[in-house]
Amino acid sequence: MAAAAPLSLLVLLLLGPGVWGQTDPPRDSLREELVITPLPSGDVAATFQFRTRWDSELQREEGTDHSFLRYAVLPREVVCTENLTPWKKLLPCSSKAGLSVLLKADRLFHTSYHSQAVHIRPVCRDARCASISWELRQTLSVVFDAFVTGQGKQDWSLFRMFSRTLTEPCPLASESQVYVDVTNYSQDNETLEVYPPPLTTYQDVVLGTRKTYAVYDLLDMAVINNSRSLNLQLKWKRPPGNEAPPMPFLYAQRYVSGYGLHNGELSTLLYNTHPYRAFPVLLLDTVPWYLRLYVHTLTITSKGKENKPSYIHYQPAQDRMQPHLLEMLIQLPASSVTKVSIQFERALLKWTEYTPDPNHGFYVSPSVLSALVPSEVAAQPVDWEESPLFNTLFPASGSSSHFVRLYTEPLLVSLPTPDFSMPYNVICLTCTVVAVCYGSFYNLLTRTFQIEEPSKGGLARRLANLIRRARGVPPL
Amino acid sequence: MAAPGAAATDLEVVRGKRAALFFAAVVIVLGLPLWWKTTETYRAPLPYSQISGLNSLQLRLMVPVTVVFTQESVPLDDQEKLPFTVVHEREIPLKYKLKIKCRFQKAYRRALDHEEEALSLGSIQEAETMFAEPSEQAEGSLTVYVISEHSSLLPQDMMSYIGPKRMAVVRGIMHREAFNIIGHRVIQVAQAMSLTEDVLAAALADHLPEDKWSSDKRRPLKSSLGYEITFSLLNPDPKSHDVHWDIEGAVRRYVQPFLNALRAVGNFSVDSQILYYAVLGVNPRFDPASSSYYLAAHSLPHVINPVESRLGSSAASLYPVLNFLLYVPELAHSPLYIQDKDGAPVATNAFHSPRWGGIMVYNVDPKAYNGSELPVRVKVDMVRVMEVFLAQLRLLFGIAQPQLPPKCLFSGSKSEGIMSWELDRLLWARSVENLATATTTLTSLAQLLGKISNIVIKDDVASEVYRAVAAVQRAAEELASGHLASAFVASQEAVTSSERAFFDPSLLHLLYFPDDQKFAIYIPLFLPMAVPILLSLFKIFLETRKSWKKPEKID
Repeated sequence: MAAAAPLSLLVLLLLGPGVWGQTDPPRDSLREELVITPLPSGDVAATFQFRTRWDSELQREEGTDHSFLRYAVLPREVVCTENLTPWKKLLPCSSKAGLSVLLKADRLFHTSYHSQAVHIRPVCRDARCASISWELRQTLSVVFDAFVTGQGKQDWSLFRMFSRTLTEPCPLASESQVYVDVTNYSQDNETLEVYPPPLTTYQDVVLGTRKTYAVYDLLDMAVINNSRSLNLQLKWKRPPGNEAPPMPFLYAQRYVSGYGLHNGELSTLLYNTHPYRAFPVLLLDTVPWYLRLYVHTLTITSKGKENKPSYIHYQPAQDRMQPHLLEMLIQLPASSVTKVSIQFERALLKWTEYTPDPNHGFYVSPSVLSALVPSEVAAQPVDWEESPLFNTLFPASGSSSHFVRLYTEPLLVSLPTPDFSMPYNVICLTCTVVAVCYGSFYNLLTRTFQIEEPSKGGLARRLANLIRRARGVPPL
Repeated sequence: MAAPGAAATDLEVVRGKRAALFFAAVVIVLGLPLWWKTTETYRAPLPYSQISGLNSLQLRLMVPVTVVFTQESVPLDDQEKLPFTVVHEREIPLKYKLKIKCRFQKAYRRALDHEEEALSLGSIQEAETMFAEPSEQAEGSLTVYVISEHSSLLPQDMMSYIGPKRMAVVRGIMHREAFNIIGHRVIQVAQAMSLTEDVLAAALADHLPEDKWSSDKRRPLKSSLGYEITFSLLNPDPKSHDVHWDIEGAVRRYVQPFLNALRAVGNFSVDSQILYYAVLGVNPRFDPASSSYYLAAHSLPHVINPVESRLGSSAASLYPVLNFLLYVPELAHSPLYIQDKDGAPVATNAFHSPRWGGIMVYNVDPKAYNGSELPVRVKVDMVRVMEVFLAQLRLLFGIAQPQLPPKCLFSGSKSEGIMSWELDRLLWARSVENLATATTTLTSLAQLLGKISNIVIKDDVASEVYRAVAAVQRAAEELASGHLASAFVASQEAVTSSERAFFDPSLLHLLYFPDDQKFAIYIPLFLPMAVPILLSLFKIFLETRKSWKKPEKID
C-alpha cells in the first residue's frame, strides 16, 4: 500500500503548487462540461464532468502519513438509477438547469457503456500551499450504441441521446461548455457535419494525441438565444468508414485459467504497442484471501524472456482479515506483450460465508495499471486552470509522455461449493446406519434363541400337500 | 434332556432381560443427559423477577426546596418555631404503569447575613447579581426567599418572582396563619419551576395510551444520547436571488450558547448546507388583496416531503436529525406568507413539525429589485432567522413556556435562551422518559426470551441486562433522593444497556433451527433406538407383574 502513495501524490502535486498562481479562487466555484466524441464505429460517447471547489479551514498536514492510505475496491455492482440519484444530489443545480438536465436515468442506463465516478481531493490555494480548497469532481461517461437505438441511422442529436435539450445554463456555474470532438473530420467537411455550426474551436493535446473540438459555451447568450434551446446535431455526410480504431499504446487483459476446483492461475497480459519506446508500468493487484496465491509461481515474461520487475511489494493475505496486495513496477519493452501470471489455490469457506448464490462464483477485483505513456505529440505546458476539465484530471507530465491509469476487467472465479443440504443428509444416513446396527446388536443380546419344533405348517404347505395329493405324490 | 434345556432357556431369558434392562439404564443414565447437555442452548440466567418488578416501580421525584426567611417576613414567634423540614407529596395521575409521585421537601432556615443584605437592595436585578456570586446550586434544587410583606424588592402588586437561576422570591405576610399561607405560595412557585403534569405526560407520550396524548401535536423529541442539527438554506431560484447567510457566525453567536447550556442532555453536532432549486411541494396561492402569495395551514404538511429527499441522508447518523430550513421563495412567488388556521398571516412566517424541525420563509425585501439587475444579492438577517429557529428548537425539545401562578413576576430568559430550572425540568422529563423506555425494552426482552426457548443468551447480553436493571434502580433511587444529575446519567445508561441487550445480534443465531426441523433430524436415530428398548421394557414389566400375581393365586 505504501508504494501506491507516490503516484497518488504525484497527481496531487501536479495540481498542487503552481496551479494557483495569483488570485484566490472564488468560493464554491462550479465548472461543468460535456464532451461528445463520435467514435469510428458510428457510436457516440458522451462524458460529463462537474467540478466544485470550496474553501475549507482544514489545514494540510506536512507530508502524507502512509499508514492512513487506504485502497478498497468492490469488484462488481449492478449499477442502476439508485446510483445516479445520490450522485445527482451532489450537483448544485441538481438536475434543474445547466448540463445536468440531460442526466435522465432511463436513457443513461440503456447505453452500452456506463461509468460514473466521484473524485474528492484537496487542492492548494496558493503556491506555498498554506491553505487548501477541496475539489469534488463528478464524471459520468456513457457510450450510445448507434445501430441498436438509431435503427440503422447514425445521425445523432442531444435530443435523441438524452431525450432533452439544453435550455439554460446553471446560474451557479462559472463555466458551462459542450465540446464535440471533430478531430478526424475537420480537415474535410465532407464526412461529418455539426449543427449548429460552432462559434469557436479548441485544439489541444489530449492523452498524447492532437485533438480538435467544436466548443459551445452555454454562458454565451448567442448559443442558446437563437432557438431558445440548444440541440446539438451530428450528421454523417458519408457513412464512417470501416477504418480500424487507433490502437492505444497501452492496454491490458486479464483472465483466470486452469481447470477443476482446486488450483488455478491468474494471468494479466500487458500490451505495449509503441513501435520503439519501452516504458514502465506500475501494476497493483488485490486478490481476496480465499484465493491463496503461491508467490513463488509468479512469472513475468515478455517476448519469450523472463522480465524481472524492478520493484515488488507483496503483502500476504490474512484469512478473513485482509486480501493479498501485490504491487510491481514492470518495464514493458517496445511492441511487446508481457504476461504476468501467478498460481493460486481455492480455499474452502465457512458455510455462512458463502454468498446467497455461491455457484455463480466470486468476483476478483480488477488490477490497476498506472503508467506514463509516451505521447504522439508533445504537449505544450498550459495553465491547468484555463484548460478544459477533461484535460486536467490526469494531466500530462512533461512534454513527451502522459499519465494513464487503466483498470482491467474484474474476474469471476468459482470456488468449491459444498452441497448445502449435506449436513442433513449425512445426519440422516449415519443415524439410519447406526440404528440398523444397533437394532441387530440389541436383538442378538436380548432375544433368547431356541430350536422350534416343526409345526403342521402354514397355508402354503397345506396348499402344496393338496396339490401333491391330487398328483398322487406323498405329502411333505 | 428337557430339564437342562429348559434351564438353559431360562438362563438365556434372564440374561436377555438383564441385557435389555442394562441398555435401558445406559440410555437413561448416560445417553439422555449427554444428548440434553450437548444440544442445550446456552441461556445465561436473567433477573426475571426484578424485571417484572420494574413494572410496578414507584418513582418518587424529589425536589429539594430551601425556604429562606428574612427578618420581618413572618411573625417573630413563627420564626422561632420553624420546623426543620416539611414534605409535601403529591401523586401525578397518569394512565401509566409507573406510579409517579412528586415530592417537595422544604427545608426551612433563616436568612444569612449576606442574603439579608442582598434582599434589602432596591431592585431584584441587583439582588440577583449579589446571589450569582456564590457557587452554583445543584441541579434540581430550588431556593425560595421569603421577604417581608412591604419590601420594595418587588413591585407592589406582585406576590412572587421567578428568576433565571434556581431561585425565586415570595412575599411574606404578617398573619396568624402566615406559615400555612406562605407554605402554599412556596409550593405554587416551586411547582411552576419544577415538575408539572404536562411535562411528564409529554415525556411519556410514547408510552401512554393513545386517546389522551396522541392528539397533542407538541410531542417533544425522543430522548437520545445525541442530536444532529442541520441548517439548510433553500434557494429555489438562483437566477434571481444570490443569497448569502453567515451561518457560521450565527451558530457561534446564538446556537452554541444554547447548546452549551443543554450539554448535559446529550451531544450535539451542527452542520449547514445551501440547496439550490429545492422547491416546496405545494404551490402557493395568490392573494389579490395584498398581491402576495400564501401557504394555507392545511397545506403545510405537504410541504416537507418533497424537500426532505434533497436534504441528505439521515441514515448516516446514529442520532435523530433536526432540520431547520430557511426558504427564500422564488421571484414568481414572492412575497410568500404562511397563514394560520384562521387565515391570518403568521407573524414569524415560520412553522415547525414535531420531531422533524422547522421551516421559515424569508421574503426578500421588494426594494432590492428596484434598479438592480438579476440576480439580486440578498444578505440574510441572521438575528431574525435565529430568533425563530431558537424558539423552534426550544419547542422541539419540549421546553414549553411555564405556567405561572397569578401575580408572579417573571424574569426574561438569560443570554443562553434557557433558564437553569427549565434545564432541570428537561432533565427530569428525560430521566422519566429514559426509565420508561428502558423498562419497556427490558420487559419485552424478558417476554421474548420467555416465549422462544431456543434463543441463546450469552453472558455479555445477560450482563447488559443486569447492568440496565441496576441502572434503572439506581436512577430511581437518585431521583428519590433528589440527585438529578446522577439520576439522568444512570437513566441514560439504563437505556443504552437495555437497547444493546435487546438488539444484540447473538440473540438471533439459533432462530434458524425451528423445533420441527430438529425433530426431523432426530427421528431417524431416536425412533429405531427407542422402540426396541421401550418394547422390551414393556414386556419385562408385564412378565414381572404376572410373576407377582402368580404367588398370590397359590396362596
